[in-house]
Amino acid sequence: MCLAIPGKIEDILNALPMERTGTVSFGGIRKEINLAFVPEADPGDYVIVHAGFAISKINATEARRIFDLLACDETDAPC
Amino acid sequence: MKYMHEYRQAVTIRQLADKIAAVTRQHWTIMEVCGGQTHAIVKYGLQQFLPAQIELVHGPGCPVCVTSIDIIDKAIDIAARPNVIFCSFGDMLRVPGSEKDLQSVKALGGDIRIVYSPMDALTLAQHHPDKEVVFLAIGFETTAPANAMAAYQARKKGINNFSLLTSQFLVPPAIEAMCQSPQSRIQGFLAAGHVCAITGYESYPKLAEKYGVPIVVTGFEPLDILQGIFLCIQQLEQGRSEVENQYSRVVRQQGNLPAQQMINEVFECQSQSWRGIGHIEQSGLKLSEAFRPFDAEQKFGLRDKVSSANNKYDTAGCISGDIMQGLKKPCDCIHFGKQCRPESPIGAPMVSSEGACAAYYRYATFNESDTFNKNAAFNKSDTFNKSTTSEKTTTRRDQ
Ligand code: SF4
Repeated sequence: MCLAIPGKIEDILNALPMERTGTVSFGGIRKEINLAFVPEADPGDYVIVHAGFAISKINATEARRIFDLLACDETDAPC
Repeated sequence: MKYMHEYRQAVTIRQLADKIAAVTRQHWTIMEVCGGQTHAIVKYGLQQFLPAQIELVHGPGCPVCVTSIDIIDKAIDIAARPNVIFCSFGDMLRVPGSEKDLQSVKALGGDIRIVYSPMDALTLAQHHPDKEVVFLAIGFETTAPANAMAAYQARKKGINNFSLLTSQFLVPPAIEAMCQSPQSRIQGFLAAGHVCAITGYESYPKLAEKYGVPIVVTGFEPLDILQGIFLCIQQLEQGRSEVENQYSRVVRQQGNLPAQQMINEVFECQSQSWRGIGHIEQSGLKLSEAFRPFDAEQKFGLRDKVSSANNKYDTAGCISGDIMQGLKKPCDCIHFGKQCRPESPIGAPMVSSEGACAAYYRYATFNESDTFNKNAAFNKSDTFNKSTTSEKTTTRRDQ
């Protein structure tokens, strides 16, 4: 239920603040997502999406921290 | 997919597992609060990467599991009425009420639709002005802004044939209730990352200090969960009880302010009844006065209707409450995998895609004596690879 997945904003479809929506791509699968709660997120940004709403913009610097900590390459192929 | 696959690499998982093993000296019991984390732990067999002294217990963070029988019965009552389109997230259809479930109402011709977002239900209401469209608005703080937005837009646009049957829960009061329980064995918490994406974690330091428990805000990928465990164990071994944020790529300390504003505009706090656990003060949300016209209980005259307390499911010996408070595991339940299976669930945790019982049933393997065995369940050499490909490849008890 609290499952939320990352996706990339491709474009903005409605720019009205309380009705802001955009196309978000989840590994190539595109969906119209409500962006009202992430006014700071623009096309090209990654957001976490739950129940049709983006709930947070992903911070790319913070996302790398765990790999710096483990001193490894995040681009290794997943198992 | 970016921001997913890189957190599932076996090589980094093993590195982190080695770090955890290196800091662990004593026995520790840690609860992951969210059902999504429980599923990741069981699906990826993460317990196999931990020293034997670390025990993970599974928390109440599954809204499908904790929604009361009373609400399910009200949902069934509304969904069975003519002229109603009843909308819900998919998992709720098979959750047993006191007599039946929503699926059986659908089979008898009830117009029940599964939606992905509450906004989809609102759109249905716009397209069917002659029908009453009701959305079963369950969830924790993660889902509350979406549910609130549906009510907000309905009011703003005058979509008066739309209403919400709400069952909204708040996580911090539940953590506090578990800390206060004399039976509790929990020494540290992995807090639910997506709840904190909305709320932030400014309310957690006082809980951590008051009850002497580390609280680590944790994500949902295997690497996130292991790092959350590492930070938690490090604190426990050093005698610290602080709040740390493992999931900093998504969670900020103050949370999501526009989403919080929307929740505060539409909802107010109330005491809430958690299925299997009981009543917890100020642990839920209800629609505030201005939004009462969109409250389905009020609209359909169900506000004071209470289901019979002695329904057959709660007396069937389902121990879901003990499981969700970290006192027991699904395999301790006499019904697990026997009378209670995903296709014939006795309790909600066997239905939900985030319920602990469903996770154990789908992903865990069984040893030869046909009883679930925590230590035998995970095969070090292959479980991780198998689990990451598809649940179908995991061994399951024969039907
Ligand atoms: S196995 Fe079924 S009956 Fe037992 S606790 Fe889980 S949901 Fe309840």
